[in-house]
Amino acid sequence: MNAFLAQLLNGLDKGGAYALIALGLTLVFGTLGVVNFAHGALFMLGCFCAVAFRYLLTIETVTVDPTQLSPWGQPVEVRTPLVQNWFGDFGAVLVDYSVPISVLLTVPVMLAIGIAMERGLIKHFYKRTHAEQILVTFGLAIVLQEIVKSFFGPNPVPQPIPTDLRGAADIGLLLGMEAHQLTYPWWRLIYLFFSLAVIGGVFAFLQFTTFGMVVRAGMADRETVGLLGIDIGRRFTIVFGLAAVVAGVAGAMYTPLLAPNYLIGMDFLVLSFVVVVVGGMGSLTGAVAAGFLLGILQSFASMTEVKSLFPGIDQVIIYLVAVVILLVRPRGLLGRRGVMEG
Amino acid sequence: MTKLILGRRRLLKTMGAGVAASLASPLVFTSRSYGQEFCNNPANGRVVFGFNVPQTGSYAEEGLDQLKAYELAVKHINGEGDGGMLNTLKPLSLKGNGVLGKKVEFVTGDTQTNTDAARDGARRMIERDGAIMVTGSVTSGEAIAVQSLCQEKGVIYMAGLTHSNDTTGKDKRRYGFRHFFNAHQSGVAIAPLLAQEYGTDRRAYHLTADYTWGWTQEESIKAATEALGWETVAAVRTPLGLGDYSQYLTPVMNSGADVLILNHYGHDMVNSLPQAVQFGLRDRQANGKNFEIVVPMFSELMAVGAGEAVKGIIGTSNWHWALEDEGTKAFTKSYGEAYGSPPSQSAHTGYVQALLYADACERAGTFYPPEVIKALEGFEFDGAGNGPTLYRDADHQCFKEVLVVRGNENPTSKFDVLNVVGRTARADVTYDPTIFEGELGPYEPNQC
Repeated sequence: MNAFLAQLLNGLDKGGAYALIALGLTLVFGTLGVVNFAHGALFMLGCFCAVAFRYLLTIETVTVDPTQLSPWGQPVEVRTPLVQNWFGDFGAVLVDYSVPISVLLTVPVMLAIGIAMERGLIKHFYKRTHAEQILVTFGLAIVLQEIVKSFFGPNPVPQPIPTDLRGAADIGLLLGMEAHQLTYPWWRLIYLFFSLAVIGGVFAFLQFTTFGMVVRAGMADRETVGLLGIDIGRRFTIVFGLAAVVAGVAGAMYTPLLAPNYLIGMDFLVLSFVVVVVGGMGSLTGAVAAGFLLGILQSFASMTEVKSLFPGIDQVIIYLVAVVILLVRPRGLLGRRGVMEG
Repeated sequence: MTKLILGRRRLLKTMGAGVAASLASPLVFTSRSYGQEFCNNPANGRVVFGFNVPQTGSYAEEGLDQLKAYELAVKHINGEGDGGMLNTLKPLSLKGNGVLGKKVEFVTGDTQTNTDAARDGARRMIERDGAIMVTGSVTSGEAIAVQSLCQEKGVIYMAGLTHSNDTTGKDKRRYGFRHFFNAHQSGVAIAPLLAQEYGTDRRAYHLTADYTWGWTQEESIKAATEALGWETVAAVRTPLGLGDYSQYLTPVMNSGADVLILNHYGHDMVNSLPQAVQFGLRDRQANGKNFEIVVPMFSELMAVGAGEAVKGIIGTSNWHWALEDEGTKAFTKSYGEAYGSPPSQSAHTGYVQALLYADACERAGTFYPPEVIKALEGFEFDGAGNGPTLYRDADHQCFKEVLVVRGNENPTSKFDVLNVVGRTARADVTYDPTIFEGELGPYEPNQC
């Protein structure tokens, strides 16, 4: 039972990341009809927003302490972050909590990047074939990766979890078990709740605001909405920005779980496309449901008992599911009839 | 149209020269001058060393540190700087004026922590850059692939950091030499401390990087711990460079194991160990005992990367910068002054390998690989930081003492992350070479 619950939590936590990325990808496909292969790069840019923010916070002053010598006989350099000099303990807290605080920076940065990307490049490819859209967005992703690589180098840049949020929550105690029988890292739980909150926020925004209503109407019938005198193009630009924000904040919060390098987006892109295909192209609920479903399946496939029956199944389970879905139900679990069929 | 005009005198001269050349040819073929015709012979050209290390990928940090040490070694060989271990290595034939009177140059390559890229890089160094010797690695996959290529090309390969038993076991080569210790030696060295600290009644769960090094380390540590009386509950392979280990860590909690053994290195360990700690494994009780984590082989760079999680963790190391011998002090001083941080074990092994190759050429009086190989085989030396050391001729493995280390609970600086808690004597980690398969192969060099 403990093993089952631990794997379920692990699956939900992974699924949260998959769902967030797939949600943005689906938003763009559902509204603009664009297959955006640069979406993984947006996730990567979000990761590096967190990295850049920490770099800014940890700009240091260097003083030489002649009373202390290093093992090779040189005076020791004492480095102190500037914010700590300026704000004392509060500065130290800012550095410690750089990742969650960086989300606040990530939102406007990613919104600006998303809007610039849509206005500058993507809009010119609305009426082109999906193959051409894939080529141009894939090229854009490579350009973005190389820019990030030139600034931050090719290697992963670890981001720390805030000191107070390290360690594991004793979930077992809440369920009446003995202490330490079922523990799960705090940050992973936070990430799960964060992803649920973002998903909920996006759905609420589309469901309960006038803007969202117009966007949903535009997704259903763009021409009719245009005939009503509504500038649907401008709203879709903002939707693209929103998708970039969702991918970006997903990336920023993920950095303590996986040290990002410039290729991190590509690793997630393939997975998120599989999630979108399984969930149904253009279906927001499908993307979210498939994200969590595949995360949980992948987690259960990693159980020793399962792997002893099917060695290596944990590496291929997601792709196996995608193959089965494409064969049996090409429009995906919750896709609209006719999309990707026939 | 061209006319061939050949006079009688000229014809006779040409025939005479031909006959003389034919008569003299057997002498030429047995002379040393013919024997010196080998791949990238620097007799009339440059002496180029090829430094082939991972500068990107999972083991980049160790590779970049190794590269810095190679550059320092070249400076010292060429007589620049304070000389480092040239002041302590005994016996020593190097004079601080290059090798055999020629200044050493070098080329570098990025193996990307990838076997194919490592092999391609080494090939480029040999075929395009004229490297007389190739050195460097942080994964055993790279080392074994490059070693095999170097045997084909007739170019000596001085392996960098490679810990798999296979490097000097089933995949050993006449042209390959390893200074670094191996997984078998780690098992022998770590077992007594594990028994002392954690007892002999334990149940171990292995997470193992899925390539040659991980496999042989798992095999050696399993053998060593099972000999103590420990039971192996499971041994699970994880892909190299995975990043997120959560799906592999959750099954550990309910496996009945009370020890997790992480056969991971570089970024893999820097990710897996903190994640294991985040999952609360070290706070758990299992089978009535505290749950423990062991990392059988780790380094200072990994310890710094893993941060707080490394405190109290037991492992083994090839070398540590804080050792008190003269060789270590000299190298740490040179390296620290040059780069502002103490050298890692990866840097140390690379530096020593470069010096040992250069010194072997000097002792042999030639760059001709079979003679250099013979100068290295069975070579006994001291003053390189590990005490008296032997380059065994049977398998080209170095034998020296092995360090048992533990993550420092109370570090006094950011470099003070590991404590040396034990030293296993060279005699104790020396084994019969026939326990591993493999053949060294021929001395005769190929033409590249």
